[in-house]
Amino acid sequence: MRSEERVLEIIETARGKRPRFKDELVTMAHGAGGKASQTLIEGLLVPAFGSAALAELGDAGAVEVDGIGLAITTDSFVVRPIRFPGGSIGELAVNGTVNDLAVSGARPLALTVSLVLEEGLPAAELRAEVEAIAAAAEAAGVEIVSGDTKVVERGHCDSMYVCTTGLGRVDPRAGLGTGTIEPGDRVLVSGPIGAHGTAIMLARDELGLDAEIASDTRPLWPAVEAMLEAAGPSLRCLRDATRGGVASALNELARASGVCVEVSEGSVPVLPEVAAAAELLGIDPMYIANEGVLVAFVAPEGAAAALAALRTAPGCESAAEVGVVKEEPPGMVLVETGFGGRRVMDLLAGDPLPRIC
Amino acid sequence: MRFVEEFRDAELGAALAAQILSLLEPGRHYKLMEICGGHTHSIYRYGIDDLLPDEVEMVHGPGCPVCVIPMGRVDDAIAIAEREGVTLVCFGDMMRVPGSERTLLEAKAAGADIRVVYSPLDALRIARESPEREVVFFAIGFETTAPSTALTLMRAREEGLANFSCFCNHVAIVPPLQALLALPDLSLDGFVGPGHVATVVGARPFEFIPAEHGKPFVVSGFEPLDILQAIEMLLRQLVEGRCEVENQYSRVVPGEGNPVALKAMDEVFELRDTFEWRGLGEIPRSAFKLTEAFAAHDAELRHELPGRSVADPEACQCGEVLKGAIKPWECKVFGTACTPEHAIGTCMVSPEGACAAYYNYGRFAREGDPA
Amino acid sequence: MCLAIPGQVLEIVDEPNRLARVDVAGVKRNVSVGLLDAEEGGVEPGDWVLIHVGFAISKVDPDEAAATLKLLEQMGSEYEQELDELKGSSIE
Repeated sequence: MRSEERVLEIIETARGKRPRFKDELVTMAHGAGGKASQTLIEGLLVPAFGSAALAELGDAGAVEVDGIGLAITTDSFVVRPIRFPGGSIGELAVNGTVNDLAVSGARPLALTVSLVLEEGLPAAELRAEVEAIAAAAEAAGVEIVSGDTKVVERGHCDSMYVCTTGLGRVDPRAGLGTGTIEPGDRVLVSGPIGAHGTAIMLARDELGLDAEIASDTRPLWPAVEAMLEAAGPSLRCLRDATRGGVASALNELARASGVCVEVSEGSVPVLPEVAAAAELLGIDPMYIANEGVLVAFVAPEGAAAALAALRTAPGCESAAEVGVVKEEPPGMVLVETGFGGRRVMDLLAGDPLPRIC
Repeated sequence: MRFVEEFRDAELGAALAAQILSLLEPGRHYKLMEICGGHTHSIYRYGIDDLLPDEVEMVHGPGCPVCVIPMGRVDDAIAIAEREGVTLVCFGDMMRVPGSERTLLEAKAAGADIRVVYSPLDALRIARESPEREVVFFAIGFETTAPSTALTLMRAREEGLANFSCFCNHVAIVPPLQALLALPDLSLDGFVGPGHVATVVGARPFEFIPAEHGKPFVVSGFEPLDILQAIEMLLRQLVEGRCEVENQYSRVVPGEGNPVALKAMDEVFELRDTFEWRGLGEIPRSAFKLTEAFAAHDAELRHELPGRSVADPEACQCGEVLKGAIKPWECKVFGTACTPEHAIGTCMVSPEGACAAYYNYGRFAREGDPA
Repeated sequence: MCLAIPGQVLEIVDEPNRLARVDVAGVKRNVSVGLLDAEEGGVEPGDWVLIHVGFAISKVDPDEAAATLKLLEQMGSEYEQELDELKGSSIE
């Protein structure tokens, strides 16, 4: 019989290969930000669309025009319900797009907004979202320069879907990339995790839980700019921890750079109510979506300065250093649990459905 | 979180680990079985296996009520879900369990009305809110969960909720343990017992294990300190030459169990003559079905089920994992053909399955790691 | 099938249906306490219960919890003492 080490080796080799998209149907798992999403993106979309920029799998794509580095990103927002504690779909749309640019080291400049509206949507709700979008754009310092509107029959798009494209200019102080992380680099998290996904789950009211938990949606360019100013050359990589949570972001980057990311569970900030709700549902907050949290990989010499700068940004006051990059085992994320032992933290296989086990 | 965080204290954990070390007989290798999937999950989730000395080996037992459900029953649930007008309601744990052709998640993607709930009471609410739908609750779990289903069914009957029924797959904890202990090659030194099942059945049903099989048994809570303390208590019994049932989880487990829960179960359920268990085969009087008084809410009577016994795929070794005969990584398809995202068997797809726990949490090389 | 979490009973919200409002570190949910209806009248506000799939399946005894922790802390302090003695002995 093969030894345990040999089995682990075989598994890692298999996982290192490009995934193949073999599913027959699209399921909710494909949208969860975990393994199924990864397989869809790396196994179907990247090979089909083919550009080098896309293969980088960054939060935004790099385009160069006459020597000027631009970043361009796109996003769709399909959250249900469209209004929830802490925000609404319109606000998410602006902040989410702006953040994809920000974590790519690009100052957000302009957005386009495309609305898909459901027949029967009350005008008052539409107006409220339009105002939310305008307000969020102003707060984030971006202009909405173009847009589109479509209407679909009742029942074909939960109230409304919002799709955006964002354009930004890569900041010269940034030298970010997904494959640049090195052993010794420190991992920072900009704020308490798991709030957004939990707020949405509670707002759906299917689980009967009641708590003062609000979405953490916010624009992160101020946080990025502060870090660029304080520790620009030391910043290796930033990532928006949205679908799939901090766990997914760390796994994607560990894999892209072929390093091990070791996280100290006790250092990761979580609000008590989020921890309790997650505990009740049997979900790890590390996998729950955020809309105003980034992870940053910083070279050791710049980590302290980057953290101090991060903490000055709104909403990032409890930013913390949560981990360190090691050489082995490559492509994996390990957690030092609050209890002292270590374990793996992989991408989620499916949707974080509430479990009872 | 009170009564939770105190039992995750790292310093106390280190002290317990040291204590465990001091109880080991030189040159002896210990095999302790944790019965409950929840314990397996906790052990890997908190890195307890990382903290235990190599001489103490944890063997994973069959106490995962998702894992032991045979594929034929999953097919039955999918058949119910795919009927016109039916809403199947289940716990999240069941969604990715493979039937012979697809999972509930895939059936949902193909159009079946399948919804995930946290509580059987939520299933009742769905039935009330949608009187035009046939709402079927896919009930799973050991005696921990069965009383909750029982109360829910009693409520449904009281309200005359005609559109609510239950597809009952509740199972009992003692029969698989008896089957396990009857296996010839089992060589265990003791058992970490299921703490939450014990809140219902008490500690007494487990007394046959020390009495007839000479193995110490400690009912354990689920926080990492609980599990380490239970292991410490087992080793202490071995050192002191004792062999009995002890209760580590005294803050929650009453020795005699919960008479109200047992009474509710008695009223709503009765034991099936036999039930097929994945890996353990047919075990008599090991699973529950609804009594005649609740026939109106019995999905097995209201819906025609394929009711086929489907053998596990040839490559699947879930049965051996569930008996503790092999470790997850020793299964021929572990991590390659069988992964959490594309599972062949239940042990890899249930959150409490040993394979899932090891794959998701324990899958890293420990030798030669820098301290 | 073992995910259960301790919570504190705030109030009984539906007497005939035996539903209570329970608090877990700031998160509240209505939970059935029907399984804990013993002769002594069952569950009261302030009681701690163990919640599993929306039902309270047992009470949590704070005294027993404290006793368990005390035992562990004692074990811990003996361990600390041994460690100190070990350190002390290595100096010579």
